[in-house]
Amino acid sequence: MAEKKTIGQEFRKGLLTENPVLRLVLGTCPTLATSTSMVNAIGMGISVTLVLLCSNMVISLLRKVIPSKVRIPAYIVIIASFVTILQLLVKAFVPALDAALGVFLPLIVVNCILLGRAEAFAGKHPVLASAADGLGMGIGFTAAVFCMATVREFFGSGTLFSGADSLLGLFGWTSFTGVDVFSHIPGMEPILIFILAPGGFFTFGLLMACANRIAERKGRQKAQLRDCASCPMAAGCALRADNETEKEGAEA
Amino acid sequence: MKYYIAILLTAILTENFVLSKFLGICPFLGVSKKLKTAVGMSAAVIFVMAMATAVTYPINKFLLVRNNLEYLQTIVFILVIAALVQLVEIVLKRYIPALYNALGIYLPLITTNCAVLGVVLLNVEKASADAAFGFAASMFNSIGAGLGFMLAMVMFAGVRSKLEHANVPKFMQGLPITLVAASLVSVSFLGFGGVIENIFG
Repeated sequence: MAEKKTIGQEFRKGLLTENPVLRLVLGTCPTLATSTSMVNAIGMGISVTLVLLCSNMVISLLRKVIPSKVRIPAYIVIIASFVTILQLLVKAFVPALDAALGVFLPLIVVNCILLGRAEAFAGKHPVLASAADGLGMGIGFTAAVFCMATVREFFGSGTLFSGADSLLGLFGWTSFTGVDVFSHIPGMEPILIFILAPGGFFTFGLLMACANRIAERKGRQKAQLRDCASCPMAAGCALRADNETEKEGAEA
Repeated sequence: MKYYIAILLTAILTENFVLSKFLGICPFLGVSKKLKTAVGMSAAVIFVMAMATAVTYPINKFLLVRNNLEYLQTIVFILVIAALVQLVEIVLKRYIPALYNALGIYLPLITTNCAVLGVVLLNVEKASADAAFGFAASMFNSIGAGLGFMLAMVMFAGVRSKLEHANVPKFMQGLPITLVAASLVSVSFLGFGGVIENIFG
């Protein structure tokens, strides 16, 4: 079923054309919350990628065993197990990252990228393709959060890679603790609001505008909040009918 | 009582779930187009947050913490919330159809809403850091978080209805301008910083 070429394509689509954050508009909460510094963004990106890769593979392996009626709870259990493993690993090896990400590490469970990919892809495709899809989507997520974090950290705290020793410490390399750019330029003060909540929304808005512009040039559709198409809960949700017809409050 | 009111107001204003903690952004952007759906969705969120806290608090305290199983919190809580939402849906449908008609369509969406799992996890975190933060405080915090969600949703629904008639540059149309508008609404909530401490000491 799956040829080499198509696996490469499954992998690549997550990076640009179907980037989960900028094109599919999934996982907005962690994107906004963990992009306050570049190190947080990389840590969160790696975490999500690992969980997504593992959960996609397991769900794909079990796709013929899980009855379709209880698939969502089953997916949630699989994802939650991997998140728990990840939480313990991060707590043990990178405690600084655990403190920085806080509640957003366990909240990977309800990240719509994971359930969305499980429902839209892994539940229907063989293992290798699902793994490629998970890896691509994860790296796409990491790249998008990293872009945002670069802008926010540079303008908001005037640094680049600050706190890098917490991640690099894993490899026993703790001498690099980031670059303090603004302190070398007299009269430059960081714009604090960029690392606060409003700066997050603002940066995300501008990044989204850029992504839309590029997509438009290439003749692709703009990213829209797909209220329902990519939402794993859409099947049991009457809001979809409401959105489509724009008429009635509708009953399920 | 002062303690509880401070918790409630903090959760609504200074630590607003949507606008300062980035929890529940999906429904905030997706369901805030119309005031009616915004109110319905937030009412359902308040309801489920309160129920989820009432159920998970004893489970955590008497089952998980007592047996040193805190590491299972994430998986236990998400399953409890999922089961609870299903149960609430069935009970409401059978016994309180009026409420079901108002909230029912939003309930399935809420299982995977990060605001609900988020409030439960944050309550547990706060409780383990502060011994005074008990069941009542957790409930006040959850209801406050839900009310804060509603406040943000309703305010933003108003902003978006104005935005519909605005002349937006082409490249900003759609999601980008919505996010920039959310950023401005969020700035207004920054103004609440320190208010609670000043009132309640």
